[in-house]
Amino acid sequence: MSDCHGCAGCAVAEAPPSFQESARPHVVAIIGPPNSGKSTLFNRLTGLRQKVANFPGVTVEQRVGKAKMHGSNQHDVVLVDLPGVYSLNPRSEDEQVTRDVLAGSMPGVPKPDALLLILDCTNLGRHLVLAAPILSLKLPTLVILNMADDLKSRGGQVDTAELASELGSPVALISASKGQGIEKVFQFMEGTSAGTTSLAPPRVELPVLQDIPRCRQWAHDVGTGAAYRAPAPPIWTRRLDSVFLHPIAGPLIFLIVVAGVFQTIFSGAKPLMDGLQTLFLKSGHGIEHILPPSIFRSLLVDGILSGVGAVIVFLPQILLLFLFIGILEDSGYLARAALIADRTMAKFGLQGKSFIPLISAYACAVPAIMATRTIENKRDRLATILIAPLMTCSARLPVYLLIIGAFIADRPLLGRFFGMQAGALLGLYVLGFVAAIATARLLKSSILKSERVPFVLEMPPYRWPTLRSLGLRLIDRSKVFLRRAGTVILLVIVVLWVLENLPVKNGQPPEIADSFAGMIGHAVEPVIKPLGFNWKIGIGLVSSIAARETIVGTLGTIYGKEGTEDSVGLRKALQSDLTPGGAIALLIFFAFAMQCMSTVAVVRRETGGWKWPALQFAYMTFLAYFCALIANEVVRSGVFTLTAHR
Amino acid sequence: MLQMSVNSGPNAAPNAAIARTLAQLPEGESGVLDRLDLPDDIARRLMELGFLPGHIIVPARSAPGGEPRVYRVDGSEVALRRETASHLILRPSKGPGKASSL
Repeated sequence: MSDCHGCAGCAVAEAPPSFQESARPHVVAIIGPPNSGKSTLFNRLTGLRQKVANFPGVTVEQRVGKAKMHGSNQHDVVLVDLPGVYSLNPRSEDEQVTRDVLAGSMPGVPKPDALLLILDCTNLGRHLVLAAPILSLKLPTLVILNMADDLKSRGGQVDTAELASELGSPVALISASKGQGIEKVFQFMEGTSAGTTSLAPPRVELPVLQDIPRCRQWAHDVGTGAAYRAPAPPIWTRRLDSVFLHPIAGPLIFLIVVAGVFQTIFSGAKPLMDGLQTLFLKSGHGIEHILPPSIFRSLLVDGILSGVGAVIVFLPQILLLFLFIGILEDSGYLARAALIADRTMAKFGLQGKSFIPLISAYACAVPAIMATRTIENKRDRLATILIAPLMTCSARLPVYLLIIGAFIADRPLLGRFFGMQAGALLGLYVLGFVAAIATARLLKSSILKSERVPFVLEMPPYRWPTLRSLGLRLIDRSKVFLRRAGTVILLVIVVLWVLENLPVKNGQPPEIADSFAGMIGHAVEPVIKPLGFNWKIGIGLVSSIAARETIVGTLGTIYGKEGTEDSVGLRKALQSDLTPGGAIALLIFFAFAMQCMSTVAVVRRETGGWKWPALQFAYMTFLAYFCALIANEVVRSGVFTLTAHR
Repeated sequence: MLQMSVNSGPNAAPNAAIARTLAQLPEGESGVLDRLDLPDDIARRLMELGFLPGHIIVPARSAPGGEPRVYRVDGSEVALRRETASHLILRPSKGPGKASSL
């Protein structure tokens, strides 16, 4: 995160505010209303050469990228993607940021040299309203009419030459998703970068900006002047909506989609995950064959390879989830899902737009919290951020699978296909969900009681998702995930390995109980003993504060030192070391506790301070401890004969 | 039965010059927006989305359970909850609702 920030900043911060041609990069900002295809254009122009960070001091996302110019002697152009806005009236944070960047008063972001104003030409009358405040800035501006393919296929038209002469700015009719007309955007940027573009005053008079009805009338007149004919309504969108929003079929399809996504994440990713697991095991054995036994080999194989491998195994699942979310979002179905979910979400004090982030939180809370940016209502957004980590993320899965596999008998529960173990796993998912919505209700009826901001949801037309956009998304997600596995988790694994192998006694690594790690485990034991955990679990819990799944690797190395290396051995070791009460308590502890530094970091970034992540961490830890304590007591007293503390 | 028909009297006659809200407009009929009975910042947000006085609005499909409902306005489709739509006041309609010309 910090590296993105630094890099996004450095591209622009190094430049002194002088007019030296060579030192200062040419900066072009992309601006447009929501759903105008702004991100698609940005991706089209920059490809993989982009970074995501936040604008300094606010929670608004800043995407900066570089576009390669075709001219051989030209420098790259720095592109800044601004948030989607309908106007520059500074009411929301998005609009304030856009205004500040355009005025050159955003620290660390230089004033743009030129603008790309992107508008949806299938709805030109409404989108042209934004042209008035943008053109009055008197910067070289290319007016991009996006969705040219839709306009044509639905029988609309516009005279771009006439529009250009009316507005006094060049106009390009393009399709960002198909790449049609993109060369005109490059030509414009080459021109402004070389300084050969001259500004022409608009032929039409710009309207008074504060008066929305008048701006709308102005946009209408400009459109009429350019012989704009609005396209016919999107027939396919209406046909599809009559199915997807059907009173009976609609919710049914909604449930099938959600269930299908889940099923595929679990079963579809399995072969890939098994493959990765085998790969790590085999390479571990391979290294053991090549290298002689040494402390270095132990660190490499037992520490790094098994620890990091245990985490990377989840990459297929996470990518699959993002693939689904990408398809749902790009196709336009996600807006319909938000519409269907709104009534239910409203019962918990949330709204339809919270549904998508919460579903994403089943994969990982970090992207889910980032996805809350689509929620305009600040309090609804905060509530969603605060409950998202309670949803069962994929990092909990290895812990659940290990404990359930060791302690829950594999007996049929409901028929042959639904066993006790699956039931327990489902139960934990339900538990997390119930805790999340209960917390939402609590928050929304107390500290986050909403001022009445209306729920407004634009329904975009259905579109085919493009492979390019889905691919970019997946690459971006893989990078984030692998960076985490390669940094935070790797660091914890190495530190832990060192703590396990020190202090050295007579040239030999100590018994685990006598090592520094063991000492830490023993130190926390009094606190966790009421939950039914011993000092070894304690080491696991301490290590899992960084990331939940680390506990599996940690327990693996701890018990590995005692001679059990494979997962069957680990299960057996746990069975002898943990009471059933302790096992259930451990599951419940993991369901509620916020053991994830990445989540803490992203919440801090998104809420702009330490107050909310601190509160969230305290609340979740308390909830986890308290519920685990109850679970341990209940299991001990109800099912098994009560034994006093040893 | 008699009671019911008496009660539904005013509603059944769209000729009567009674200002209706957007929430009361049946699906498929069209209405012309007169004013937004909402705080200024919320009204401006809705106006940017096309809910401007004088514009024709056509209610389309709603989510299961009737809430929220999608409205066709100014070339796009926007979903609102009933609590919001009930603050958008329509011009008194003269005669039965016009067919959509959007």
